[in-house]
Amino acid sequence: MEHITDKFNVEALVYKYRYPLGAGFLLLLLALPYLGLSQYVMRIIIMIGIYTMLALGLNILTGYTGLVSLGHSGFFAIGAYVTAILMLKLQFNFITSVLAAILITGICGFLLGLPTLRLTGTYLSIVTLGFAEIVKMIIMNWEPVTNGTLGLRNIPRPTFLGFSLTLANNGMYYLMLLLLLIITAFCITIQKSKLGRALHAIKENELAASMMGIYTARYKILAFILSAVITGLAGGYYATLVSYIDHNSFTFDVSVLILSIVILGGMGTIRGMYFGAVILIVFPEIARPLMEWRFVVYGLVLIFMMRFRPQGILGWRSALPFQIPAEKEAGQKRSGKHGISRG
Amino acid sequence: MILQQIFNGLALGMAYALIAVGYSLVFGILRLVNFSHGSVYAFGAHMVILFVGYNFGLAPAILLGVVLTGLLGILIDKMALSPLRKKKSPGISSLITTIGISYIIQNLLMMAFGSEKKTFPELFPNKMITIASAQVSSMQIIMFIASVILLLILTALVKFTKIGLAMRSVEQNEMISSLMGINTNFIIAFTFFLGGASAAIASILISGYYQIVYPTMGFVVGLKAFAAAVLGGIGIFHGSIVGGLVIGVAEAIAASLFGSAYRDSIAFIILILVLVIRPTGLFGKKGIEKV
Repeated sequence: MEHITDKFNVEALVYKYRYPLGAGFLLLLLALPYLGLSQYVMRIIIMIGIYTMLALGLNILTGYTGLVSLGHSGFFAIGAYVTAILMLKLQFNFITSVLAAILITGICGFLLGLPTLRLTGTYLSIVTLGFAEIVKMIIMNWEPVTNGTLGLRNIPRPTFLGFSLTLANNGMYYLMLLLLLIITAFCITIQKSKLGRALHAIKENELAASMMGIYTARYKILAFILSAVITGLAGGYYATLVSYIDHNSFTFDVSVLILSIVILGGMGTIRGMYFGAVILIVFPEIARPLMEWRFVVYGLVLIFMMRFRPQGILGWRSALPFQIPAEKEAGQKRSGKHGISRG
Repeated sequence: MILQQIFNGLALGMAYALIAVGYSLVFGILRLVNFSHGSVYAFGAHMVILFVGYNFGLAPAILLGVVLTGLLGILIDKMALSPLRKKKSPGISSLITTIGISYIIQNLLMMAFGSEKKTFPELFPNKMITIASAQVSSMQIIMFIASVILLLILTALVKFTKIGLAMRSVEQNEMISSLMGINTNFIIAFTFFLGGASAAIASILISGYYQIVYPTMGFVVGLKAFAAAVLGGIGIFHGSIVGGLVIGVAEAIAASLFGSAYRDSIAFIILILVLVIRPTGLFGKKGIEKV
């Protein structure tokens, strides 16, 4: 019981000062480009940002709803390709292209979500995997539009009011930060809303959830759409960041990496997505000699986490009293809550 | 022309059926789709070229490869999956674990053997035989016959032997089987051995046909075999065989109609259609989708 009480105190402390802490963290992120970091480090930080967005997207499905998707590289690819094609071929600006990309990935998410009406568990995972492979197949073979295996080159950077965002003027970094904040705020809103509670209920016990009057099919499809939309947004940003995309940028490895981040950090948490992305993106950069081994390490991460800490590194069950949303005062009672907390 | 494609498809389809049986065996007992099966398949072919490289001779190399791959199946179960069963972890944990295993095996193979494509030794001198305007190679015929024989042996093993009876019993209810004096852990390990060994044999046959081996070869083939298993009704033996043949023929015909670029996608399309329209598969029983 000792350590549980300890952690409860730390968590309570963090919770008490969550606004100053959050503001400090945000200030640090805002000031990051002025700390004299090299271009290389900034690029890694931006990659961390992209993968945090992707993980937050997958988290809605895997973390909140309990549906394991192995096809998020497919949504990522659709987002990137739609943005790139609209910007290159139709000279749309970044915002319009990304909005179109979001719309199209949302539709794809809806279509891919339909089988969830009938499928559970592994079957669903394999359908998503098949979806990603089919997307890749289309990219490789639909040459007039996607330029086949050669990929799309010279994707322009986003411009706002005639001001071009680049890596050098830190515009891309701040754009990443803006998107990340929007997505994080979105995820927090979901978590605290009726939608989030419904998804959580589906994850815990689908039958019981439907008994409680939750339209499980509707919510599962909605989770698919939201997850796809976030992933598509990250894809659109990624296309303009790297300015060259081809089918090899969106392999099964990407899907597994996103899933590893979600699982390592802690399914269903937002802090875990940041943490997982930092660890798994920084790790191969620091461990250059271990470069070859990194994919093996991703595999080991999955296995060891499942065996020893399936809730993820930062994924503990909150020891804080649950706050009933409508009447917050009623939830302030602390008695008896320690007993059910898991360590 | 179509007849030619059907022959091509039947030979490959039989080998797919052999892999699909591995999925079915494990699924039947554990209600788990063994994602690592594709990489186990790749492991088998690589072991054979390793031993051939050490001048073991072809037949001992194949035998060693098959046995080692079977043992790898047992190792996977003992190291990663059986602890999860003891903890009564949810199904999603086992699924993610098998993804992790497949990732590890595939990348270790890549580091040990390099990611480039390697030639696989010719199993038999290749001759072309003409059957009613279609050209069939001797390797295709051997692939077909070998798969049929192995599938018959497997079926006989499951249907008529004592260990097969135990396997079917564990499939129905693990706890009651153990109360009846069946060593369920041994039966599960044995099932993994059978799955691994049959995947190795299939990989040797398919590699002997294409004469190419590379570490990621199991990924797409594994998915095709999974599609075959689902099409026939996963967990059902004869379903896997029918599924394998349908997938094999469908992709051969699709390749000749739309070009070889679409060869690999037809299995996914069939898979998704089956899962959406009839998740239990052609011969499946109701209630099997409760993973």
